[in-house]
Order: sequence, then C-alpha cells, then structure tokens
Amino acid sequence: MGLSGIEIFKKLPKTNCGKCGVPTCLAFAMKLATGQAELDACPDIPDAVKEEIGEASAPPVKTVVIGTGDRAVKLGGETVLFRHEKRFENPPAFTLLLSDKMDEAEITTRLKKFNYTVYERVGVVLRPELVAIKAESGDASRFGTLVEKVCNETDAGLVLMNEDTEALSQVARSCSNRKPLLYAANKNNFETMGNFAKELSCPLAVKAGNLEELFEVSEKLIAMGLKDLVLDSGARSAKQAFEDQIIIRRSALLKKSKPFGFPTIVFPCEMADNLMKETMIACQMTAKYGGVIVMSEIEGHSIFPLLLASMNIFTDPQRPMAVEQKIYEIGATNESSPVLITGNFSLTYFIVSGEIDSSRVPSYLLIKDTEGLSVLTAWAAGKFAADTVATFVKKSGIEEKVKHRKLVIPGYLATISGELEEELPDWEILIGPREASHLPAYLKQLKI
Amino acid sequence: MAFEVPKVSYTGKIREIPLGREGSTVTVGGESCYSFHLFEGEMPYTPKIAMEVYDSEPEDWSDTALEPFADVIKDPVAWARKCIDTYGAEMIALQLASTDPNDKDISADEAAKITKKVADAVEVPLIVWGCANVEKDTEVLKAVCEVCEGKNLIIGPVVEGNYRAIGAAAIAYKHTVVASTPIDINLAKQLNILLGNLNVPDEKIIIDPSTGALGYGLEYCYSVMERIRMAALVQEDERLQFPIISNLAKEVWKTKEVKVTEAEAPLLGDLGKRGILMEALTAQCVLLAGANILVMRHPEAISLVKQSIKDLMTGK
Repeated sequence: MGLSGIEIFKKLPKTNCGKCGVPTCLAFAMKLATGQAELDACPDIPDAVKEEIGEASAPPVKTVVIGTGDRAVKLGGETVLFRHEKRFENPPAFTLLLSDKMDEAEITTRLKKFNYTVYERVGVVLRPELVAIKAESGDASRFGTLVEKVCNETDAGLVLMNEDTEALSQVARSCSNRKPLLYAANKNNFETMGNFAKELSCPLAVKAGNLEELFEVSEKLIAMGLKDLVLDSGARSAKQAFEDQIIIRRSALLKKSKPFGFPTIVFPCEMADNLMKETMIACQMTAKYGGVIVMSEIEGHSIFPLLLASMNIFTDPQRPMAVEQKIYEIGATNESSPVLITGNFSLTYFIVSGEIDSSRVPSYLLIKDTEGLSVLTAWAAGKFAADTVATFVKKSGIEEKVKHRKLVIPGYLATISGELEEELPDWEILIGPREASHLPAYLKQLKI
Repeated sequence: MAFEVPKVSYTGKIREIPLGREGSTVTVGGESCYSFHLFEGEMPYTPKIAMEVYDSEPEDWSDTALEPFADVIKDPVAWARKCIDTYGAEMIALQLASTDPNDKDISADEAAKITKKVADAVEVPLIVWGCANVEKDTEVLKAVCEVCEGKNLIIGPVVEGNYRAIGAAAIAYKHTVVASTPIDINLAKQLNILLGNLNVPDEKIIIDPSTGALGYGLEYCYSVMERIRMAALVQEDERLQFPIISNLAKEVWKTKEVKVTEAEAPLLGDLGKRGILMEALTAQCVLLAGANILVMRHPEAISLVKQSIKDLMTGK
C-alpha cells in the first residue's frame, strides 16, 4: 500500500547485507511493498526512516491490538474491499458481553463457557476472543469488582464499557497492563478519554450517533495524537450497520480517509431479541467488515457456525488450506476396515471424511501431502504420482493397522492404478468413485 | 476535511427474469448495485427462497431436517403443498435425486410423471433439479421439459456437456435454464455465451456458479459470486448480467456438523439450532455475495433468512 517497491528501495541502506533474510535490498523492498516482509527485519534502517516508510506503507485500515501475550487480538490491517482482490487479514473478534447487573453465578457460568469454547480446524484455533464488560448498574464498585473477576478468570482481551469516564478510568488504570479497549470516546468527552487512553497506551473506541459525527470525533482524536482507535458509528439496525460498515471501509481504502482508517466495533447483541437472529446479523458483520463483534451470549450452536463463516471469509484465496499428512481414523475402525487415500487440500479432506462418516462404514483415510492441491491438480503437478503414493503408504504405518491389502484410490486417478500396483506389489488397488458424494454407496457394497 | 460517502458508479444492471407461468410469475434480478447496497442503487425485486421437495423419501436426513416434513416425506405433491400452505414458500425446488444412477436410478419417464404432478399442484414457480449426472440429466430434463410445456419451469443443472440437448428442449417447451459451472467465472460466462448462441433467450437464463456449505468451501462460491456481480455491474460484462441461484440446502445438510449430537460434541451446542444456523448462515453469506434465489430446506432457517432480507431491504 502507498509506496511502491522502488520508492521503498530508495530509502533503504542499499548495503545488500542480507541480514533481513533476502539477498538484496531491492528484493527486500519488493517484499515490503507486497506485505510479505516486515520492516523490522532490516537492522540498519534509522528510526526516522523506519517511521516514514512504516507510515507510508501502512495498510489503509490501521492494525489495532487489543489484549496481550498469547491472547492479543489483532484487528484491521485490511487492504481490500473484496477477498478475491487479495485477502482479508484479521478475522473479527467475537466478544462476550457481560453486564455488572447480571448476578454472579450467571457471570461465572458464561465466563466458563467462554473459556472452554475453543475449536481446532485444519490446525487453526477458533474461539471467541474478547470479553466486554458493561457498566449498567450505576454502581462503580460493582463494575470494578466484575472487571477484577473477569481479569482473574480469563486471559482474554477486554473491552471496558462505561459511560462514566471517572469510573472507567479508575478501573482501566487497574488493568491497563491487559491493554483493554476503552469504550468509548464521544463528541462530549473525547478530550478526557483521548488523553486518558494516551496515558495508559490503551486502544480507544469512538462512539458517535452517525457517520459524520464519527468522522469528526475520530479526526479530533487523531489530531491529539491517538493512534489506536476502534470505530462505532452508532448504527443499531442491520441495514444501517451494513451501510456504515461499507462506507467506513470504502472511505479508508478508496479515499484514504484517516478518520475512517480503523477497525470497527459492532453490536449484534443490541440489534436482535434472540440469539438466532443475533447470529444472522453477526454473520453479516463477519462478511462485511465488522471488527469487534459483541454477542449477548456464547453458545456452541451459534458461535461455531459464526467461526466457520469467519474462517471461510478470511481464508487466503491465494493459498489453499491443507491438512496434515497422516492416517485419519473415521469411526470405530478395526483391522478389516477399508483404506482410502486422497490429497491434503482441506476441502478434499472435509468432503471425503464427511462422506465416509455419513456412510457409517468405519474407514481409514490416508491423507497424502499434495501441498494443498486437489487430487487432479496434484496428479498433474506430480504430487500424486504412483511412486510417491507408494512411499507414503509404506511409511504411513497402515500395514500394521489392517490385515487386508486393499487400497481405494480416487476415481479420477484410475490411470495410476497399474503403476501403483507395481509400486505396491502386496496391495490390490481399487478404483473408488469420482465424486465424494458417491462414497457412502460405494463403501456400503465394498467387500474387504 | 469534510466526510463524503464514496459511491460506486455502476454501469451495468442485472437482467429481470420472470419465473413461473403467466399470471403468477415471480421476478428476480433487476439490481443496479451490489446486494443490499441500497444507498447507491436499487434492488427492485427482493431475493427469493425456493423450498426443497424430493422426488422420493430421502434417506439419511438428520432429524432436524426431517421433523417439519415427517407427514409428507413420501409424497412430493403433499410436500410441495405443505411448503406453500404452511410455510408460505415463494417457489418450490423439486430435487430429482432418485434419478441418480448411483442411487435409485428411476427412469426419465417416471421422473417426468412425478414432476408433472408437482407442477400441476403448485402455482408458484417450480425449479426442477437433476442428479448432476450429465447423461442422465439430459434424458430426464428433456422429458420433464416436454410434459410440463408452457409452465416456464426453471430447469437445471445445465452444464457444458448437455446444454445443447436440454437448452433445445427448454426453448421448444418454453422453460428457463440454470446454467451450472464449477466455481469459475470464465466458465460461467462461456456457458452463457453458448446458451445464447443456441438461441436460449436472455430472459430464460439463471446462473448457478456452484455452492459449498459453511466450512466446506463456501468461500470459493462466495468469491465467485462477488466476482460475477462485479463483472456484471461495474465492468459491463453482459454475459454475466443474470440472476444467480444457490442450491445450498443439500450441501449444508450432508455435513458432519449438522448431524453430530450435542452428547458426542458438547462444544457444538444444540443439534437442532446448530443445523438451522448452519443453513441460515450459508444462505446469509451467499445472499450478501449476490445470490437471487436460495434453495433451502428448514422452515426455521428460511424464516431467519427472510427476516434478514427484510431487515436489509427496509431497515425494519
């Protein structure tokens, strides 16, 4: 963004020392320009130049971090409006809302659920990321107690929501080492809140009644030297929020609007009267530019589909997702269960394993590393050739798991069966269906 | 510096396609902006949801999906009526799953008979979807076109391998075709050109760029739909200015995640609500990407999506 590779190159030391891991300064500059390298990798750039390049090459939506350590959440950093144009960078942070009006037992239950709601898919950890604590009781000590409890019971990043700036600042001071998001500065209190966020080095949310007001307050906070803002346009209907999110993102990208060049915070929890509808709105925000997405509850049936949506939308379109090369056991397998083999493109894995699962025929699925390519592409690229398949089958350990020697290969790869039989003389090669959807019928009639 | 709304200037428009028989048509398309971008363009016709009906009793359906239809599951006509009378279906999508040679392999004649019965029993537009076996679909969908002459069915999937035969039947008996391609904008465009060359009228074409379920390749479909819309609306690509259909229900309801019980996987939460949301969220994503017709299954998922469409169109 901003600077081209050549423009960046002019500012580099031109020593070609290679300390950054790239042989020449020019190559390093090119990588910087496309976002494939970090400026910090160069040990010899003076700080002033670093700041200049950093500023100019920074993404139009600034990256803002909430929380610390393992649980620090990065938001923003976006450079495109549509994922196919490059990729989306940082998925939204689904956030559990807790109010200081809730009773303690309820809070304990919800926090516990929040903490143990962690999924793993294709090696990626998916979870709700933040806890928002909202002052509604009007009692500053209640709010303080709740924040303390949450700090004790989770390492997650926090959003502190209190309209009383005095009460907010007291509590924020006590946990500023956790880098909470302070919610929120508005047109009346922005000076106090701005100075306070600066003093604590915490990210600051900006809340307004509409986009014009948001723009003005954000502009003033930038002028005060604030760098880490999160925007709330005040929209509380699906339609208005949709429009505002699009206008904010477009302004940042197309008009280089600094006041709108930040991630956003949205509140599906205030836009629906039940979790099902709330989940639909949160999904809308996941696709169209929500940053912090605040939910009234974290329930598996709602957060799991949302995290899947988020994972799908934020997958890098240029890099196929791959699963680990190994034997996957589907169902209660035994020594006479069928053995199937396919490539490690994650979609192939999900679909094939899903179909095997629904066939209710316990099976071993061998996933061969094809560098994330689908079966036919992998074959064309030599990643599913008979010799490499044979080596993998022999080394996989499948021969110790089953008594039979029958291997089902994808129907599209029927052509390699002869060669494969030569490479694996002990094995009989069976040609499976071309489409995964025909696997259940195939497996049900398969005689081992 | 004052703030100014950055608007996209659209130069193209999606074709308006009337579906169903004369007198009771439902129109889709007509957009002059990206989906729901109503601050800079128009969506004269809201996206529509077609409810699925199967030609014979489905096997392996989850209880969640089965429950609303338990009383009609063996009878496609009663099933279609229930969708319309009880759930207010705007369209019906008859899935001719049992024509699949790998399944029950019922004959083209039999499939045509079932289709005719359903077509005679419903007044809303009827989508008829084959089993995605190129040869069998050719046979079946040709027969369907013939026996339902004049009803302006929406026939699919029409693919590169069978577009001539099915396209010709659709022209002869006045139906609309679903041009189906595997997640590729260029192939989608190419097939529309071929259909045009065959003289399928432009107001008789709907695009199906393929659909994957949430967690199962949805992102590919999402992006190909966004790209098709972009080409149609801002790059004036005339051969992509058609409404889009997403046949999503059968993809969602075969995934593991809508079937595994809460006891088996406590973190996944309530089984029923999870299935409904898996379907509704898949629909929500393709809606935002540009789909005009959604083929859906569960009444509660449909009602969530309808509400969402209404919210996005009217602001409540």
